[in-house]
Amino acid sequence: MTNQEMLFEYLLRLGDNSLILGQRLAEWCGHAPILEEDLALTNIGLDLIGQSRMLLSYAGEVEGKGRDEDRLAFHRDTQAWRNLLLLEQPNGDFAKTMARQFFFDVFQYLQYEALSSSKDERVAGIAAKSLKEITYHRRHSSDWVIRLGDGTEESHEKMQTALNELWGFVPEMFDMDAVDEAMVADGIGVDVASLRPAWDAQVNAVLAEATLKRPDVSWSVRGSRDGKHSEHLGYILAEMQFLQHAYPDAKW
Amino acid sequence: MTKDTHDELPLYEVFIRSKNGLDHKHVGSLHASDAEMALTNARDVYTRRGEGVSIWVVKSTDIVASSPEDKGNFYEPSDDKLYRHPTFFNLPDEVGHM
Repeated sequence: MTNQEMLFEYLLRLGDNSLILGQRLAEWCGHAPILEEDLALTNIGLDLIGQSRMLLSYAGEVEGKGRDEDRLAFHRDTQAWRNLLLLEQPNGDFAKTMARQFFFDVFQYLQYEALSSSKDERVAGIAAKSLKEITYHRRHSSDWVIRLGDGTEESHEKMQTALNELWGFVPEMFDMDAVDEAMVADGIGVDVASLRPAWDAQVNAVLAEATLKRPDVSWSVRGSRDGKHSEHLGYILAEMQFLQHAYPDAKW
Repeated sequence: MTKDTHDELPLYEVFIRSKNGLDHKHVGSLHASDAEMALTNARDVYTRRGEGVSIWVVKSTDIVASSPEDKGNFYEPSDDKLYRHPTFFNLPDEVGHM
């Protein structure tokens, strides 16, 4: 791979993370437990979709084959997607949505904090702008993990179950492959493996306050960097891409 | 959004200051389990379009309101006291919000 191709790949990973999680959160629209939370989840979803627009637009320019953000979002099939497996997992109940969000918010905060001093000015700018949003996302999801964990017996159990179910998707966030290494070497990307201790410290602090146990599961899955996804991504894309497939290049 | 959930969460009134120098204005109400959640909910519900720089929330039950029956003895006595209104001054534009 040329440097250009690696940067394209790297931007896809960042952009796809935001877009798929944003799409998942949009599924809560009209279904959240209360109106206030309905708005909060869709706000956060829109923040994420906004991030993905900037990243995928840039990715398209770097690739130089005439693909814009819409082309990349609506005309790629599952194997071409690079989002973390965690983010395509179904919403489940509210606790599960919050567990997924909490794991990613803490990770994304650390990742974007480092990216905001990237040598690639465009990446640094997108990261710095997004960091304010992510700071709020992290506050929102941390608050809910604490509320549910340190809430009623039922909410505690649901929150603990959610953490346990998603824990196996955590290690993939900190994986490094040749593309990551090259981006770090160029001063563009982040050494995500080095973020793990900070992630653990933040997550442990919230779990302690929430009276929740750090999950102890032995399984873990990965594969998104090679386009290997769970069956859920196909369903997300089927819904998200339907309109552009049925009515190609439709405009509002 | 079941009725039960809302019945359990107390109501808060939300006041937002749209910019420095202006007063906080009542913008509406929302449900939250405590003040901290009311504040974040208010942020999400009422400031999505850049409406505010500061938020106050207060439990609806903590607001003491005058009752409509008091209208007569509360407000009518001032109706005929025009001399209390500073209506005879022209305010220079530079004064801004008063």
